[in-house]
Amino acid sequence: MAKQSEIRYLTPVSVDVKKKKYCRFKKNGIKYIDYKDPEFLKKFLNEQGKILPRRITGTSLKFQRRIAQAVKRARHIALLPYVTDLMK
Amino acid sequence: MNNYETVFILTPVLSDAQMKEAVDKFKNILTEQGAEIVNEENWGLRKLAYPIDKKTTGFYYFLEFKADPSVIEKLEINYRRDERVIRFLTVKQDKFALEYAEKRRNNKGSKKNEAPAPVKEKVAEKVEIEEKED
Repeated sequence: MAKQSEIRYLTPVSVDVKKKKYCRFKKNGIKYIDYKDPEFLKKFLNEQGKILPRRITGTSLKFQRRIAQAVKRARHIALLPYVTDLMK
Repeated sequence: MNNYETVFILTPVLSDAQMKEAVDKFKNILTEQGAEIVNEENWGLRKLAYPIDKKTTGFYYFLEFKADPSVIEKLEINYRRDERVIRFLTVKQDKFALEYAEKRRNNKGSKKNEAPAPVKEKVAEKVEIEEKED
């Protein structure tokens, strides 16, 4: 008998295809990260307003440094909070 | 001569005329020192992300200028002495910032009626951060 077709799943098995992370700045050719644009910078912050690590966003080291710089400047001029809950 | 940009926040207790007067004061300080003001933006009354001096709002003003490094020191001394200024930030523009600032100026000039939508943001929206930390 056909043994291989014995096992059937109700829902299709999700095969984890690892999506390769990439640096969006390199991909899109963005060279400068503006500290005056808090809405954009929020993409790199978690709920508490902390900067997300590179391993999650996939940003290259060069641009991670620039994000950090921009976020810190934005915090200084009160465009972004230093600490918060439920930012989004 | 270097390119700089500065943002300062004035207390919300000022009237419009007082605010203009304060802004003019700083612009005069710059021009007297031989700086050339390239761009200025009034962001108006904005909510602060956190209270500063027990105030939750402030008038934001943004200036771009060309100046010698010695001018910055004098400008910042004046910021510190003026109690109307609750926060300020002065940044030197590197070559990327300069490029970006030019684009920003042109955008602002060409489509004043439309809502300013930075190109940067549109591109970034396509991409999503897959995971978020707790």
